Amino acid sequence: MTPLDATDRRLLNRMQEDLPLVAHPYAAVAEELGIGEDELLARLARMKEDRVITRFGPFFDAAAMGGAFCLCAMAVPKAEFDAVLTKVNAHAEVAHNYQRTHRLNMWFVLATETPDGIGACADAIERETGITVLRFPKLQEFFIGFRVAA
Amino acid sequence: MIDDTDRQIIAAMQGGLPLVPAPFAEIASRLEMDEGDLMARIAAMKASGVIRRIAAAPNHYKLGMTANGMTVWDVEDARVAELGAQVGALPFVTHCYERPRALPDWPYNLFAMVHGASGDEVEEKRAQIAALLGAACRGHDILYSTRILKKTGLRLKERN
Repeated sequence: MTPLDATDRRLLNRMQEDLPLVAHPYAAVAEELGIGEDELLARLARMKEDRVITRFGPFFDAAAMGGAFCLCAMAVPKAEFDAVLTKVNAHAEVAHNYQRTHRLNMWFVLATETPDGIGACADAIERETGITVLRFPKLQEFFIGFRVAA
Repeated sequence: MIDDTDRQIIAAMQGGLPLVPAPFAEIASRLEMDEGDLMARIAAMKASGVIRRIAAAPNHYKLGMTANGMTVWDVEDARVAELGAQVGALPFVTHCYERPRALPDWPYNLFAMVHGASGDEVEEKRAQIAALLGAACRGHDILYSTRILKKTGLRLKERN
């Protein structure tokens, strides 16, 4: 991976904020930052290639589309971990999944198009794996501070 | 609510926005739509909250934020709204939610995600949250992520 320079860091901080909805949005951001559009696109492409940026695009709110999100957790025995992981990740509804240091060692987010989809998917995972899927839907959101200072 | 055209737009953008000078024109041409119509649809979806923003998702690990602790707290129900708002306002907390407990396995109802360059830094931040919650907190834990097992955006099922 190419080390990030000061311009990369400024760009990454800016790109965590909303892109202007104009025909040439990258040119608009490039102008804000005082660099050329070509340079901005090349830097973004490199950071994507290096996986510094995992994704660039719209962030959708499943709830606003009538769908739902739910954080789920499972206590997966170590010997079965990879087999269970394959079964869990095979569900398109699993948006992300992390291994964590706890008896509950697999934590994933389900994103579904309807509220019913959460229960259906979690139930299916329980049937396929024989492991309880604990469900932690959000009751209140206090802050979405999505920015990381690069 | 979204209609079929919105659904096609979401499907076309969920893999990411093209890194080309006129990305909306490119998406519009894939969908055989007018660029202006596409941008008006996107503007409407932003206004209704379906699209929160168009932005980069950074990889914390690659940025040196290698320690990522999900701190979890058992906070008195009567005080969770007030205290949750204070925890959520801390600059190092990136996500903060009240969630249901799952007794007896899981007594915690407040989740606050903390990122840092080291485990020590995350522990120090956890101590700040503990001090803020004081006696209203009856127990807490911290779960470190050891591996990203999957990370994708929302995927819509194909349907017609």
